[in-house]
Amino acid sequence: MNWNVLLFEIFPYVALVLAVVVTAYRYAYRPFSVSAISSQLLERRLLFWGSIPFHWGITIILTIHLIAWLFPGAILAWDKSPLRLYLLEVTGFALGLWTLAGIVVLTLRRLAHSKVRATATVMDYVVLLLVLVSVATGVYTAFAYRYGTAWFAGAMSPYLASIFMLRPRPDLVADMPFAFQWHVFNFWLLLAVFPFSRLVHIITIPLGYLIRPWQIVIWVRRRFTQPGA
Amino acid sequence: MNVRTHMSMLFHLDKCIGCHTCSVACKNLWTDRKGTEYMWWNNVETRPGTGYPTGWEDQEYYQGGWEYDGRGELKLRLHNKAQGLTRLFFNPALPDLKDYYDPFTFRYGDLFSAPEGDDQPTAKPISMITGEEIEIDSGPNWDDDLSGSNIYARNDKNLEGVPDNVRAQLEEIEGVVFNYLPRICNHCLNPACVAACPQGAIYKRGEDGVVLVNENKCKAWRMCVAACPYKKVYYNWSTGKSEKCILCFPRLETGQAPACAHSCVGRIRYMGVLLYDADRIPEAAMVPDDQLVEAQLEAILDPTDPEVIAAAKQNGITDDWIKAAQESPVYKFVKEWRIALPLHPEFRTLAMMFYIPPLSPVMGVVENKTLNLALDTKGPEFELFADLSKARLPVEYLANLFAAGNTKIIERVLKKLLAVRIFKRAETVDGKLTPEAEAALKEVGLDPETAEAIYRLTTQPTLEERFVIPPYHREAAIEAWNDPLERKGQVGFGELKAPVRGE
Repeated sequence: MNWNVLLFEIFPYVALVLAVVVTAYRYAYRPFSVSAISSQLLERRLLFWGSIPFHWGITIILTIHLIAWLFPGAILAWDKSPLRLYLLEVTGFALGLWTLAGIVVLTLRRLAHSKVRATATVMDYVVLLLVLVSVATGVYTAFAYRYGTAWFAGAMSPYLASIFMLRPRPDLVADMPFAFQWHVFNFWLLLAVFPFSRLVHIITIPLGYLIRPWQIVIWVRRRFTQPGA
Repeated sequence: MNVRTHMSMLFHLDKCIGCHTCSVACKNLWTDRKGTEYMWWNNVETRPGTGYPTGWEDQEYYQGGWEYDGRGELKLRLHNKAQGLTRLFFNPALPDLKDYYDPFTFRYGDLFSAPEGDDQPTAKPISMITGEEIEIDSGPNWDDDLSGSNIYARNDKNLEGVPDNVRAQLEEIEGVVFNYLPRICNHCLNPACVAACPQGAIYKRGEDGVVLVNENKCKAWRMCVAACPYKKVYYNWSTGKSEKCILCFPRLETGQAPACAHSCVGRIRYMGVLLYDADRIPEAAMVPDDQLVEAQLEAILDPTDPEVIAAAKQNGITDDWIKAAQESPVYKFVKEWRIALPLHPEFRTLAMMFYIPPLSPVMGVVENKTLNLALDTKGPEFELFADLSKARLPVEYLANLFAAGNTKIIERVLKKLLAVRIFKRAETVDGKLTPEAEAALKEVGLDPETAEAIYRLTTQPTLEERFVIPPYHREAAIEAWNDPLERKGQVGFGELKAPVRGE
């Protein structure tokens, strides 16, 4: 067994199993623990400059990753015209920098603000470090190795697909530059940490709010009517 | 008619002495945990004053409550649903901790461990969040009795619309008269916190109307804190969950009054069942400001009306609850005698805790360093009854607090309260119903029997008359979901988990 197989074939499955099983367990049996654990009450100025860029940036970038993974053909077709390729590359890079700025502000806030620091757990720092590494290596890859939108569709899509189709092909990332390999491995690491950290709040996006009525009334004993009746 | 039951509290403000026993009872019972230090599910505010959190009534700043567009649509001031989802990452309307205060304690250990010296050792103040030494610049009830300053009274939002000359008199520190305003969650019929929660974690209980946060569902989006116009939902910075007054439902379910009401030294609090028509909630929330109180009273139903009783039974309301509603002191004050009002009806959440507004002494003027009360020495000593503009708590001010600015409602209530006083004074001083007292009663539409009943329930009610708590039938609620014999032969109470951040 070599490093390639360990990091890009075995570990991804460990991470995926942890992510699914532990998250499901946490939602079912430890629902109190699932929270975004906002610290806005304690500090709001830096949070504004950190949280908004980071959250919106990472949401958009992850969505683009997802589209590129699921519809590589569409991305390749888009990239056929150089103008559109540049547009996508520049947009992605700018979003990456925006996100990076956000996570840097959030990290500094966590370290520098005494109240925010006082409420932090070790896992909060682990998450910040992993996310910081993820965004930084991503931005570096976009900067150093051009036209990532094109080769992501060519190499990463098949790799990710191979993992999920249970026919893993870690060799697809074996010859990639180190920074990019780090970026990929860091993703699996984040996935493994996901269920044990505050990251679980990601999958709670409350879209149901859009369709539910404003008011909620719950009856504890709906079926109960008159005593003896 | 869709009849539902509601447990409501009533505060007789004339009897409140501002002792904070309620706040302490509540704090000791519910909010003495980490992350809840700054939470006062029950607090007592000095009025006129800015309250807690500071200036909470200013909805341009805090963005709480509902707005009515006058054309049949009620909108949350905070957000529409799509906006709410875009503000999950940063909630612009969330109050800052400085709007409350930095929770603090003192390092009492220093008193024992200080080295011997010439000075008395002192216990330094430390933050309850960081443990570091801090400079205390505000705290719970920092403005108690206005702290000897006129700044708090001057910044009271409810003084808007009060004539300038009355304001000027209020600002003379000698002219200020306090009253106290105890506040808990209003357990509204149209709660803004429930409507604002994207996760759907907050709900109103159908049986008794208690509004609760399901902390297992709460994901810390903090919209409830911003949306509640009374600022009675608090965010626990340690566990990452919202918390609020639960109307002591575990006590109610075992037949006891909430801790704040039970511990009340002045016995100002009453607790009882109200029947209301859930179908009328939307129309009660969508009328012009000056009609809000009347519209809400319309939605509260007469528990002796056979039609209401029949509809209540159809909704599964039990005989004992209907009986409790008929004996409810809250119903008597609110609907029968119409001398209790909801706090800030203009927030349009249909608050279900009610207040009897306070009477105040006659306005005095400082002349040549002596206080001139400007009493009419010739006529009967009922100056306030004849002219409410002489009351030191301006009618406009009370109207802003309890009637969305409708002074007619406040005048009606105050006159009724004064008429009862005049009636009882005539009885004790003159030993009979004097013509003046009779005229006063007639003017406010009371007969001597009703006046006597108001007097009795105000001044000398027994514990059972103040708190009419119906049986909750918890056993039936449990049997509906669990087999009571399922745990027979087992040991223990199941797994109890301490609320730990993120675990």
